Amino acid sequence: MTRRVRRIFFLFSSVALGWVFFLAYSSLAPFGYGESKYGDMVNAITVPERHITDAVTAVNFDIRGFDTLGEEFILFTSVIGVVLLMRRQKDEPAGDHEDQASGRVVPPASDAVRVISLLLIAPTVLFGVYVVTHGQVTPGGGFQGGVILSTAPLLLYLCADYTQFRRAVPRRLVEASEAFGAAAYILIGGACVALGGLFLQNLLPLGKNGTITAGGIVPFIDLGVGLEVSGGLSLALLAYLEELLEEKEQ
Amino acid sequence: MSETILQTGILIFVAAAGTAVVFNREPLSQAMVLSFYGLLLGVMFFVFQAPDVGLSQIVVGAVGLPLMILLALARVKKQGPKSD
Repeated sequence: MTRRVRRIFFLFSSVALGWVFFLAYSSLAPFGYGESKYGDMVNAITVPERHITDAVTAVNFDIRGFDTLGEEFILFTSVIGVVLLMRRQKDEPAGDHEDQASGRVVPPASDAVRVISLLLIAPTVLFGVYVVTHGQVTPGGGFQGGVILSTAPLLLYLCADYTQFRRAVPRRLVEASEAFGAAAYILIGGACVALGGLFLQNLLPLGKNGTITAGGIVPFIDLGVGLEVSGGLSLALLAYLEELLEEKEQ
Repeated sequence: MSETILQTGILIFVAAAGTAVVFNREPLSQAMVLSFYGLLLGVMFFVFQAPDVGLSQIVVGAVGLPLMILLALARVKKQGPKSD
């Protein structure tokens, strides 16, 4: 395809895209005036019926909790995919992996980076736990908190070295964390069925509004998702770093 | 009024950052610009009153995705071009 043909192709397709875009947007409600019965209903019932002050969490983990189960497993399978691709094969030639610019010394992290990373580790862990446990009270939840938690070992890698990173994130632990977190979601749903309700029906006492125990099963699901996400992302990180760094040390 | 200014401003910033990502052809620096773009998107969601989505966007778009790209780049560079 020559440059000219490509340009003509682009011209036509961009005009067509612009037209469809215009059609789609011209029939929308004006900005800030969207009306949705679903939204109104969610706003009306989350606090009285679920004791959850963050409507988004109520939708994600309770009202359409089953959908989120599928979404969680998207992450689960992608992490499995990364681990599978990065696994060490027995017949993989190790000599192939020489750095192209041989003799180059990787500069160590500067003192400023190391000090800042060190100072950030504890607040990051605390903030991650806070976001995971307060999903039903304020914006956040297991997913967001889990990712925040999984950045803590990365900070450790920045301020110390790979050995310390490995000690903080043992492979068995993150694997177990991911597997248990993913299983917890199904187990909670199953427990609801065993207690005589529907899958993921909120059967636990709803607790006091605005506390971390409010929302019945939602905080438990949040904890499970937090475990799954932090474990899964740490596992993906570990798989990459293992593949990148381990042969250098041999 | 101030809300409108804030919203217009962040939309312009997001558009500029998105363009910057597209025009950056070097994967390594593109990952950095992408991270900044992800952060701006997170702020945009926050300005438009979706803090939940904003948080997810920041952790995924500004931290997770660029990190995975960087690691993948490092892995590809380590292997080098196929010699055959």
